Amino acid sequence: MGEAIAVSQPRGSGPILETRDLKVQFKLKGGHKLSAVDGVTLSIVRNQSLGIAGESGSGKTTLGKTLLRIQKPTTGTVKFEGRDVTKLRGKELREFQRSVQMVFQDPFDAIDPLFTVFDAVTEGVRVGRIEKSRDKLEAIVSDALKRVQLSPPEEFIHRRITSLSGGQRQRVAIARSLAMNPSVLVLDEPVSMLDASVRGGVISIMEDLKKSGTTFVTITHDIATVRFFTDTLVVMYLGQVVETGATKDVVSDPLHPYSQALIAAVPVPDPSYHVKSLAKGEIANAAAPPSGCRFHPRCPYAQERCRVEEPKLREVRKGRFASCHFAQ
Amino acid sequence: MPSATSILSVRDLHVTFSTPRGPLYAVQGISFDLGEGETMGLVGESGSGKSTLALGILRLLPLNGKWTAKSISVMGQDVVSMSERDLNSAVRWTKLAYVPQASQNALDPLYRVGDQFVETVAAHAKVEREDVLKKAGTLLEQVGVDPAKLQSYPWELSGGQKQRVMIAMALILEPKIVILDEPTTALDTIIQAQILELFKQMRSFQKLSSIFISHDISVISNIADRVGVMYAGSLVEMASVSDIFKNPIHPYTQGLRESVPDVRKNKPISFIPGTPPDMVNPPPGCRFHPRCPYVQEVCKKSDPPLLPYPGDHYAACHFAERWVKQ
Repeated sequence: MGEAIAVSQPRGSGPILETRDLKVQFKLKGGHKLSAVDGVTLSIVRNQSLGIAGESGSGKTTLGKTLLRIQKPTTGTVKFEGRDVTKLRGKELREFQRSVQMVFQDPFDAIDPLFTVFDAVTEGVRVGRIEKSRDKLEAIVSDALKRVQLSPPEEFIHRRITSLSGGQRQRVAIARSLAMNPSVLVLDEPVSMLDASVRGGVISIMEDLKKSGTTFVTITHDIATVRFFTDTLVVMYLGQVVETGATKDVVSDPLHPYSQALIAAVPVPDPSYHVKSLAKGEIANAAAPPSGCRFHPRCPYAQERCRVEEPKLREVRKGRFASCHFAQ
Repeated sequence: MPSATSILSVRDLHVTFSTPRGPLYAVQGISFDLGEGETMGLVGESGSGKSTLALGILRLLPLNGKWTAKSISVMGQDVVSMSERDLNSAVRWTKLAYVPQASQNALDPLYRVGDQFVETVAAHAKVEREDVLKKAGTLLEQVGVDPAKLQSYPWELSGGQKQRVMIAMALILEPKIVILDEPTTALDTIIQAQILELFKQMRSFQKLSSIFISHDISVISNIADRVGVMYAGSLVEMASVSDIFKNPIHPYTQGLRESVPDVRKNKPISFIPGTPPDMVNPPPGCRFHPRCPYVQEVCKKSDPPLLPYPGDHYAACHFAERWVKQ
């Protein structure tokens, strides 16, 4: 897994965030180890949006935490603008913390009921003492609310968070990260928990962010919506990248049998189509991953070779990488 | 909505919860029939009243919930005036079983799976422990779980296995009707597909009639013969699954249909502006009117009833005629 995944890079601009052979292991009772992330190399390029998709247990959340420096890598590195994030101190660390913003799934679940939209959106700016004057803070909030289509901003700025609907709260969650003027946003399941009739509204904000050149990473299990607002898709299985490429290519013509199973299982709003469960059984325990290809016990095409030999992530077609012995 | 082979029929069911802010009108006069062998998909957003409708039919509402109904008939038997005791012995689980929402968490972590089967049966029928376990083992096999898991504790099972166990448990007393509330919502996509396939096998194998509740119209399109669309406590449309997707009448159904992505297509998706109403203070008239792109004066004043249109298609919209396919 040494090779960098080819996220097409504009000339002359290195990645904002990159990981190299990243491994995160957790110690379990009895001396066992669980590899949540097992050798992930990827680049997040300026003005691009990256989707990381996988089921529970795929390691996508741990990977996200490691990008944010919330989780320490066991081996391998995470670099922010070329510098190892674990070595950042003082001013550099504060700059990193401002530049890489996480949008949690409804972060207002346990919020102080007295918080207003203004309080929520400016919290980071106030705590980081980036801006203090009331007028400037209001301008920041107003701009952030417009970007998430909560307009006119005057109508929302003094409302309490608790009076907002789920979709509006998710927009405020995005606005409060945008207020920090970050270089990368990392979003955890930004739309999948929202009701269908309002989900499209948040998707359209994500599309706008993409068009305006905001760099972001979306972590999700929902491969159906991620295609609307990501350029590149990374599919993870048991801590490893099994496929990556342009999102539209991966979704319309997946190369790895796991990606194929994931996409065939997505229900679509069309009664003439029926979901198929191409993969047998359930995801294995990450503390005892299967030998060879980790997907082999569930794979409909598994051969003897898959049981013994671990496939490397390789360029199967131009710009399309998959870790399967038989992908073509 | 009369139906010759109706196995479950509900007339004018209302459920109101008392809340500190005042009464919350969760279900507002719902009537429908479930045909024998039919799977009715019930779709709606959070707060639309789908789960409350199910709990109302089963009379399992929380203490702050009050219900009224003209009739609720389960296999020809009116249960409205039935005592709790009779309901337990003659209806619940034996005729009509229920798989609750987040049912993976409905299993008690302190008891082995087998004991939970025994306890469930004991609440509704007199069957020997050994017979229950034998039957449970057979059912577990049918739902794709190793019968040895009867000896396991729920926390030793994965989410998908727990959901399979819950489905097996619902079927232990051979009910004719099963109500499943969001049975796949907490599951990963591939496991969801497995459970949907399993449910299709089980319903034909056991000749079940069912109500399948989901917030996800794509899941419903996969599983249902007929679909009821709920909005703000009412059924706003009911039709065959193909009509709901091909010829939706109600503007809410139309909007919902367009809000859902299709992974196979790169079609832009839209959304319905605004948010579902607060059911303590619902809007007057048609409760969808504040979000409806076709709203007229009449919609703000008068609540449209659910009316029949050709092809066993029902809709509650003042302007339904506009969208009825001639």
